[in-house]
Amino acid sequence: MKRTLLPLLLLLAAPALADSNLPPAALANTQLKDPALEAKARDLMYTLRCLVCQGQSIADSDAEMAGDMRALVRQRIAQGESPDSVRRWLVARYGDYVTYDPPFSWVTAPLWLAPLVMLGIGAWLARGSFKRKKR
Amino acid sequence: MRRWLLWLPFLAFVLLFAVVTFGLKKPADRTIKSAMVGKPLPDFALAGIVPGKPGLSSRDFTPGKPRLLNVFASWCLPCIAEAPQLMALKQAGVEIDAVAVRDTTPALQEFLARNGDPYARIGDDRQSSVQLSIGSSGVPETFLIDAQGKIIEQHIGDIRADDVPDILAKLRAAQ
Repeated sequence: MKRTLLPLLLLLAAPALADSNLPPAALANTQLKDPALEAKARDLMYTLRCLVCQGQSIADSDAEMAGDMRALVRQRIAQGESPDSVRRWLVARYGDYVTYDPPFSWVTAPLWLAPLVMLGIGAWLARGSFKRKKR
Repeated sequence: MRRWLLWLPFLAFVLLFAVVTFGLKKPADRTIKSAMVGKPLPDFALAGIVPGKPGLSSRDFTPGKPRLLNVFASWCLPCIAEAPQLMALKQAGVEIDAVAVRDTTPALQEFLARNGDPYARIGDDRQSSVQLSIGSSGVPETFLIDAQGKIIEQHIGDIRADDVPDILAKLRAAQ
């Protein structure tokens, strides 16, 4: 009895979602009319982090806050703002954390420079082994 | 090649191992701090959402006395837990303004009737636009605003009873 009832009861139990009752913002799930502007907005959305889901971009996320951020991006792009300026606006509020395209700074320098350094070391090692082969 | 150079890859491995172990042992900190702390409140103007209570605009903060800006919502459970602390702060003479995120008038009226109403003004932030503009990433969050309208601190999560004296002291210091 218990075995059959429990799954049924679990199906009935509503998950405690911390979501509001308001519908999503107008531009959260609606594309801009101008395809060029929409493309700009989309490209930007894929490089912005959803703050409440943290592993997803706002373009990929179903979270309400991501919806509001998409609406914000579309509104600003529709008003003629450049994607870079929208990104800067968000970075000024949430730090570099909000962008998946981290700007070059002394904190991110290893990130950008490490591959070059590795390539350099690789080339140096390869040169050494090729020399030995010649002999 | 000198002999000690042989140890270099091993040392590099130990270093990498130490970094990874340190990263794994350290508890993950997933709070996102606002980068607006230390800066003036950005310009905004929100309509009221509860009849008889004014809306909220950034102009209300300058010049004045240090105040709290509470970002909350009637659909947020920790906001209920925080309500008694906000009432205690109000009793201590603190002025509290609020931004209601994605909320409706009836739901908010019920919330205030049930949990108390410590707010002088409540702004209707239906697209989280003000929340986003001050660098808040959830509810509840509370911003301490000084007399010049500058954000001096961000409290993330609900205010617990033992946070109250600290908040009072910081508001007094900002005078």
